[in-house]
Amino acid sequence: MSVNDSLLVIVLAQAVLYGTPLLYAALGELLAERSGVLNLGVQGMMLFGAAVGFWVTQRVDGSGAVLFLAVVVSALAGGTLAAIHAFLVITLRANQIVSGLALTIFAGGLGLSAYLGTELGLAELPAIHQFSELDVLGLGDLPVVGPILFDQSALVYASWALTLLVALYLGRTRWGLNVRAVGEAPASADAMGVNVTLYRYVHVVVGGAFSGVAGACYSLSITPGWTAGDTLVGGAGWIAIALVIFAFWRADLCLVGAYLFGALSALPFALQAREVDVTPEFLYALPYVMTIIVLVLVSTGLSRRRLGAPAALGVPYVREER
Amino acid sequence: MKLERRLTQPRWLSVAVPVGSLIVAFAIMGVVLALTGHSPGDTYRKILEAGFTGNGAMSATLISATPILFTGLAAAAAFRMQLFNIGAEGQLYLGAVGASWIALQLGDRDATSTPLFVVAMCAAAAVLGALWALIPGVLRAFARTNEIITSLMLNYVAGLLLTYLIFDSSSYWRDTSTLQARAFPQGKPMPEASNWSTFGTSVVVPLGFLIGILTAFVLWVLYTRMRFGFEVGVIADSPRAARYAGMRTRRKILSVMALSGAIAGIGGASQIGDFTHTLDGSPTGLQAAAFGYTGIVVAALARYNPFAVCLVAVLIGGLQNAGYTLQGPDFPSGLVGVMQGIILFCALGGELLLRYRVRIARVRAGKPVAEGAT
Repeated sequence: MSVNDSLLVIVLAQAVLYGTPLLYAALGELLAERSGVLNLGVQGMMLFGAAVGFWVTQRVDGSGAVLFLAVVVSALAGGTLAAIHAFLVITLRANQIVSGLALTIFAGGLGLSAYLGTELGLAELPAIHQFSELDVLGLGDLPVVGPILFDQSALVYASWALTLLVALYLGRTRWGLNVRAVGEAPASADAMGVNVTLYRYVHVVVGGAFSGVAGACYSLSITPGWTAGDTLVGGAGWIAIALVIFAFWRADLCLVGAYLFGALSALPFALQAREVDVTPEFLYALPYVMTIIVLVLVSTGLSRRRLGAPAALGVPYVREER
Repeated sequence: MKLERRLTQPRWLSVAVPVGSLIVAFAIMGVVLALTGHSPGDTYRKILEAGFTGNGAMSATLISATPILFTGLAAAAAFRMQLFNIGAEGQLYLGAVGASWIALQLGDRDATSTPLFVVAMCAAAAVLGALWALIPGVLRAFARTNEIITSLMLNYVAGLLLTYLIFDSSSYWRDTSTLQARAFPQGKPMPEASNWSTFGTSVVVPLGFLIGILTAFVLWVLYTRMRFGFEVGVIADSPRAARYAGMRTRRKILSVMALSGAIAGIGGASQIGDFTHTLDGSPTGLQAAAFGYTGIVVAALARYNPFAVCLVAVLIGGLQNAGYTLQGPDFPSGLVGVMQGIILFCALGGELLLRYRVRIARVRAGKPVAEGAT
């Protein structure tokens, strides 16, 4: 048995696969939160993106282009939903927590996604197109790093580029500086001539688009197809929101966190494939329990200094009332 | 157009705005229905009949309304203190686990008095629900961990626990008496005496619903007539002022979380006692209905007022009941969730009119037009 068939390498390779949607969703949430808007609708946007993306692959012919189109449409779908949230919390100054929950209820496994799924009969359709692994430069056979890094789908490689892009954007560009200002001190940003409302709208909508792509990762790559309810995505949308907190609102740490939780999600399937006798519920509960534990560690360990949360997170900005 | 903060809220507005939001929501939904090729008028008439006016519809609606009445009250109790307990779902499961345990125990001891069963089941459910809610509560109070995410994660854990108890273990709750039950895992049936009574003939009111209304009353007294509620209000509006006034915020977080969890837990007891009479661990059982999440819709629509929660629970319960009855090609599943979402969006948007006065300033004469109404 070669080293690439060992349990560790398989779990790590799967960790990247399962971590990718978490990464997309966390990066999206990061953008929204950095501009000062909390969006708890990630789960809903993911499910809707998954449903819409899968539908596109059913309706259009041609393989490579279709997948690209499907991802674009998923992104549009996520962005559209995020725009509802943006309108409610930015223009109508609604409570961000309740509005985000409303978005998840509206779009989630018992709402719009289920509605679309049954209207279009998605659940009965077999997956025609799906992302396949691209063996980069024939490096996929390298021991250990091959399967983990060089034998993944295009969605994975794109997510690395996106992480880099978001990190550079927030840390190294004028616009990124403005975003951070809008999230930390909107009144000062406003005085500087930054359009707070516009910045918030753009980042919430773009963030939602990332969540839509995250959904497409499930329906086009991890488990191609559509299943009714929450089962396709599990609790990934919520874990992604928690990830932003673990990552101290930094893009690079989102990547690390996503793969950690990707590994926890992949573990049950890898062990079952090896016919290891462990109670499955215990393994399935692992990512959720770990989320709680890591969240507690992060919040106690750093309670004395600020966690890196944008100061104006969750607070509507009203120029007259600052 | 300008928004001005209201200094006082007229009383009529706090009724007019939610009602107006509902009307707007149904109008938007009508457009969605028309766009997807369903006749809005027809659909609404069917919903009204299947949910409220039809033969036996009201009885069925109360069955749907009972659990979301409890989870709605649970959410309202916590949200009032800006404590976002999204874990009513899991707390309800744990309540069901506790209630079924005590009912089976009493059954083993040949208890036959239904009132004893009701009290014991509610108590066990409240304790387990409260303990489950105290996990995020303690973490929030002592480690300042975000309770939204922890309470939500515990919903998934509670769901897996249910599945484990019935499907993947030989637990006390699982029925292993017959060959069929061993092949197709199911919960033990509850003893006969643990079936809660119902009231009324033309409209059958389950006991759980009445307990829910009683709970709403207790909650109202607690939050509007007692110091407890006053302190909750102060902590919600200004944590700093509360601290200067010497209020014990930590203790309050713990008690509010426990209260919220206990109420959701009793909802689980009512599921066992009123309706299912067994612990259903399958993904299509207790876990499928998303009572906890619907409870948030109910609480937000009721603006966290316990009596309004009762009313809204019946309304949303009717909508859900109509959804189950009508499910089919004309009424795809998911439609009810979409409706709930739109109603909630409109209610949230309407809040603006409660807090602000809309003035439309003309270019020259700044005379105020259009005030208040939705």
